[in-house]
Amino acid sequence: MKILTGNDLKTGDVTWWDGQGWSRHVNDAVDVGEKADEIAAREEASRNVVGAYAIDAATDENGVRPAHIKERIRALGPTVRPDLTLKPADPEAGNWVI
Amino acid sequence: MYKYDNYDQQMVDARVEEFRDQTRRRLSGELSEEKFRPLRLMNGLYLQLHAYMLRVAVPYGTLSGAQMKVLGDIADKYDRGYGHFTTRQNIQYNWIKLEEAPDLLADLAKVEMHAIQTSGNCIRNISSDHFAGAAADELVDPRPYAELLRQWSSFHPEFSYLPRKFKIAVIASDTDRAAMRLHDIGIQIVKNEAGEIGAAFYVGGGMGRTPMVAPCINEFVPIDQLVTYSEACLRVYNRHGRRDNKYKARIKILVHEMGKDEYTRQVEEEFAHLLTQGIEPPLAELERIKPYFADPAFKAGLSDEIDRTDPDFALWVDRNTVAHKAPGYVSAVISLKPVGGIPGDASADQIRLMGELATDYSFDECRVTHTQNIVLPHVEKARLKDLFDVLDANGLSSPNLDTIEDIIACPGLDYCTLANARSIPVAQKISERFSGNGKTAELGELKLKISGCINACGHHHAGHIGILGVDRKGVENYQLLLGGSEAEDTSLGKITGPGFDEDGIVDAVEKAADVYIANREDGERFLDTYRRIGMDPFKEAIYG
Ligand code: HEM
Ligand code: SF4
Repeated sequence: MKILTGNDLKTGDVTWWDGQGWSRHVNDAVDVGEKADEIAAREEASRNVVGAYAIDAATDENGVRPAHIKERIRALGPTVRPDLTLKPADPEAGNWVI
Repeated sequence: MYKYDNYDQQMVDARVEEFRDQTRRRLSGELSEEKFRPLRLMNGLYLQLHAYMLRVAVPYGTLSGAQMKVLGDIADKYDRGYGHFTTRQNIQYNWIKLEEAPDLLADLAKVEMHAIQTSGNCIRNISSDHFAGAAADELVDPRPYAELLRQWSSFHPEFSYLPRKFKIAVIASDTDRAAMRLHDIGIQIVKNEAGEIGAAFYVGGGMGRTPMVAPCINEFVPIDQLVTYSEACLRVYNRHGRRDNKYKARIKILVHEMGKDEYTRQVEEEFAHLLTQGIEPPLAELERIKPYFADPAFKAGLSDEIDRTDPDFALWVDRNTVAHKAPGYVSAVISLKPVGGIPGDASADQIRLMGELATDYSFDECRVTHTQNIVLPHVEKARLKDLFDVLDANGLSSPNLDTIEDIIACPGLDYCTLANARSIPVAQKISERFSGNGKTAELGELKLKISGCINACGHHHAGHIGILGVDRKGVENYQLLLGGSEAEDTSLGKITGPGFDEDGIVDAVEKAADVYIANREDGERFLDTYRRIGMDPFKEAIYG
């Protein structure tokens, strides 16, 4: 599937299009199909996001999984600082990206 | 330390207010991202993998204790409690909010700091020897010359849109601690036979995808023509540099394609013309700058004795302190490379503490090294043990300077949008491996440098051992290089062969280290042995 990601304009946080708005959690991302450019243009114009782009992803038992490692690291946070990732309690969180 | 005059302060303050207005207009929608992006980049604000990233300029790597403390406060107030010291002698913050960036810059400006010209195709922050003003082997302190060039290059209208970024390093000793010949312009302050001070110009070095060692194009430019000659070098580049192709736009490509001789001829021609224009600042300006870098009030008659009864302290003294020009003093290097840690990262508390230690132990001065460590340049030997105890209690006493644990690593795929692979986890595994197997001491000086992509921010070409992260069909892969150096014997490393996965590269490094141990002759470092025996024995051990 195709999902849409970008950064929050004000804070720079990594965000994912959840169908209605922008979520910090990749698991909230929805398939945008052919609509990526349209949504990205609209959302950038209304300053909800900066630098939006579509990526390939799949769903598995853990939820949404971006196809490329770079996007998985964006989704999680720096693998060398588990305390700053989306799963700060899990020191092994970084393994998810591999 | 250089102190801003009114012009400096006004320029920096004005820039903060300008950026505040630009940010306001971006957030209110008056400016599109397309228009705003170059403006924020001119103020060092990038959009990276997880957030905005701010790169703060630290001219020639020198900071006062108060400046360092503010860098720590900023890490707490605007970031997530830490900062990353870089190979450009700067600091980067990884989690900056756009809406807070103008306030951050205002806080920096209060202590005479900024993020101007830390991005874009302009003359970037000028780097220098991190032992400047302290080193026993320096001819003069290189920083007044670096400062003069900083003033010349700040907001230089002609050089604000060069074909590509431009990096200058200034040193003043035969020992090169600043990778001088791997810069766009490397300058060594020298003395001629008549005893006059001048500058040797090395032009067209660099790393990145096409690494080049800069050739010397002029062995002696009189010191009162330093700015004019620099201007001539830049003008020829600005005129002929390749603007059509980003990958061929650096001056190293121009010097290479045009040929050193033709480039030099054009520089000399431009130089002759510029001499008639009288653009050189009066020598009085250099003389005005110099006292800011005068020796602090070193005490006389200090003892050179160090009490070495504590073995941990003795090891740290051997590894992490460097000879000083004044009797009774040393330069102490605080390693930001704890075993298994993140090279160059320091917590807000650690940064503040290092600022306090600079004030208390080192005449209010510290330095950022291009190897991502912090130097306290002037420490009394008699007070070293006290200093060590404080460092030790705060996780800052790793005794591993210039060893295989003292790894340079760029942020890599954990933070950087351009990365192919992660650098930091590889550095962590290597330092853990060698600290665990006890070979660090035996290996002695061994400089290992890791970049997460071909841009070479981690200087992998210049490592005795270099590691380059590549993307192999979406999987991280690491190439091994051997034989690089960024010291006075600058050389570029060569790739051993096919790459490895993360564990494989750690094994390969250990095998290379073992080849050295098995083959070395008396007094040889890893690099010397490699140069003597060549690549083959290493290849055999690694792939055989
Ligand atoms: C994280 C954001 C960063 C980005 C986007 C970035 C981008 C780049 C790029 C594109 C180049 C290649 C330039 C060329 O060859 O024309 C480069 C080179 C370089 N960067 Fe970075 N870099 C980043 C971080 C760093 C850091 C953290 C350091 C210091 C540790 C650093 C220091 C350098 C150095 C030393 C070079 C090679 C020297 C040269 O310019 O030839 N950069 N960087
Ligand atoms: S070398 Fe590549 S991965 Fe590393 S910081 Fe530079 S651009 Fe990023």
